[in-house]
Amino acid sequence: MLDRATSALRGLGHRVTSRIWRLGFASRFFLATLLYSGPSFRRFFLTVREIYFTGVLSLIIILVSGLFVGMVLGLQGYDTLQRYGSSEALGILVALSLVRELGPVVSALLFASRAGSAITAEIGLMKATEQLSAMEMMAVNPIARVVAPRFWAGVISMPLLAALFSAMGIFGGYLVGVQLIGVDEGSFWSQMQASVDFREDIVNGVIKSAVFGIIVSWIAVFEGYDSEPTAEGVSGATTRTVVTSSLAILAADFILTAFMFRGA
Amino acid sequence: MSNPPLVQISDLNFTYDRRPVLTGINMSIPRGKVVAIMGQSGCGKTTTLRLIGGQLKPSQGAVRFDGKVIHELDADGLYAMRRRMGMLFQFGALFTDISVFDNVAFQMREHTDLSEEMIRDLVLFKLNAVGLRGAQKLMPAELSGGMARRVALARAIALDPLLMMYDEPFTGLDPITMGVIGQLIRKLNDALGGSSIIVTHDVQESLQIVDYVYFMADGKVVAEGTPDEIRASDKAYVHQFVWGEMDGPVPFQYPSAPYREQIYGAAHA
Amino acid sequence: MNRMTLDLWVGVFVAIGLAALLFLALKVGNLASTNTGETYVLKANFDNIGGLKVRAPVKSAGVVVGRVGDIRLDAERYEAVVTMNIGSQFRFPRDTFAKIRTSGLLGEQYIGLAVGGDEQVFKPGDSVKKTESAMVLEDLVGQFLFDKAAEGKEKSDVNK
Repeated sequence: MLDRATSALRGLGHRVTSRIWRLGFASRFFLATLLYSGPSFRRFFLTVREIYFTGVLSLIIILVSGLFVGMVLGLQGYDTLQRYGSSEALGILVALSLVRELGPVVSALLFASRAGSAITAEIGLMKATEQLSAMEMMAVNPIARVVAPRFWAGVISMPLLAALFSAMGIFGGYLVGVQLIGVDEGSFWSQMQASVDFREDIVNGVIKSAVFGIIVSWIAVFEGYDSEPTAEGVSGATTRTVVTSSLAILAADFILTAFMFRGA
Repeated sequence: MSNPPLVQISDLNFTYDRRPVLTGINMSIPRGKVVAIMGQSGCGKTTTLRLIGGQLKPSQGAVRFDGKVIHELDADGLYAMRRRMGMLFQFGALFTDISVFDNVAFQMREHTDLSEEMIRDLVLFKLNAVGLRGAQKLMPAELSGGMARRVALARAIALDPLLMMYDEPFTGLDPITMGVIGQLIRKLNDALGGSSIIVTHDVQESLQIVDYVYFMADGKVVAEGTPDEIRASDKAYVHQFVWGEMDGPVPFQYPSAPYREQIYGAAHA
Repeated sequence: MNRMTLDLWVGVFVAIGLAALLFLALKVGNLASTNTGETYVLKANFDNIGGLKVRAPVKSAGVVVGRVGDIRLDAERYEAVVTMNIGSQFRFPRDTFAKIRTSGLLGEQYIGLAVGGDEQVFKPGDSVKKTESAMVLEDLVGQFLFDKAAEGKEKSDVNK
């Protein structure tokens, strides 16, 4: 009985310490990525190539999702607002929800599952097939050559994708609200412009998406680099990337929102 | 010996997770020679290669490459040293996202300021050496196992390394390709004037091309000698390994309780 | 994929991404109207600012002329001190009235400047003397009920 309790306790302790150990390793890895970022910018083509794979290939899913989210916001928002006779405020509702929250958060979640998982799988596969080892033996640092360009491509792509998501969503809200339901076009835009503040809302939204970009890219490259070099290892790491980054995005969103929109 | 060996391994110990992997290894790889390290899977051959390449640090002892102790080098020194080494990985480890040509050109582009025309000529020369000049535009996914191995070989010799290391170069190849790779290893070694280390468990193929053999078992060197000495060896382990006998010092059975006891044990209890 | 096509696609991606940001900044946000350039500061004390917030608009005749920069409490007089950043091109007479108003019944609150007739205009850093506090809905409703009650009493007095 006591034996079982101690072994359970030891198992728990081992789990906790191994998590903390991994976090420490991930942080050291993050610093190494920043340290070896030189080539990603000096030979910018390395990063441009990865922007194609992370950013351009995520475009379709981001644009389509943004449009639908905006259209749903338009329908739901109108349904609620017209009960209070303020359906002209639809523009405010759609724009603020997208720019402050849905744009950065939903596009980051989509980005994690579209691009983050791909990055993890690619790096994990390169590790499993000894490509990273081979690179090391060819006196090329894999963190500088493989990890850093992917990390920066993610960090650069994320705010652009979030902005596209928001813009597309507002367009979707406009389609449903103004074209379909018939909210007055003038008040839709003017009320929106009067209430959406550039610094307070849009800049904060961009900051959020940049932070999410760093989080997702970091988790994705780390999980790939740290994966077991086997088929199961890579698939497990890919799943972990999506789960961990989704949770991290939502947690970070709460913290950032608490800092940014506190009362003011 | 007038010329000091290119690689000198002295008293090398390596432990992983408190488990000894290598104990008291002594080897020397003379210049211009092809040396094989043989042994069963899991006896520490590949670990030895990684220690020479500086990817692992020894727990004790040292590996010297061209007179320098490898684990005492800083990152820049290590990278400078690796430029003079080439390594062929077990399954080639070609970069799957770029073409054959770009794979071979990879190190030239990373480490030299050569013009693209120069690189092109050099790449074609290296590819010609392994007989795959015609495959330069293919992607690694389009190559057969043997072709991939040859492309990887061309990539490994891209900067004319002083030391070539081959990690299981014959695994999973048909006899013809195996012969081709074996001949290429020998020819390239003599043409480049460097040294080669082959880690393998393919006895017959490698005995034909190497100058010297080290036998490893359980992280120790158990026998060494020229191919002829090895073939004639009367050491039980070497004999079993070279002639591929089923039972000997290396038992057929995984350590287990006596068969009888295990089968009838349950009934008796 | 060759380098040219790759560059082209990434170029298109970055361009439309930046265009989306620009759309958000100009068409959705109010970057164009906040960027009025030079401003000067006016202060005003209010007994009660209601729900006025920093960056709320300051309007004159319904036109935005500036924004609320800062709101503090004067600890001695227990009044709210509101700092307004007014566009330099707008000058207001010294007897201008500053009122806290609400756009619509439940809309956001802003400061309305009702211009007087004084010859002299405010210098930067001056305080607006004449102010009118926010109307607080509870007070209004309370006042209304109180009046009604008083009215009813009068009526019942008359009926007697």
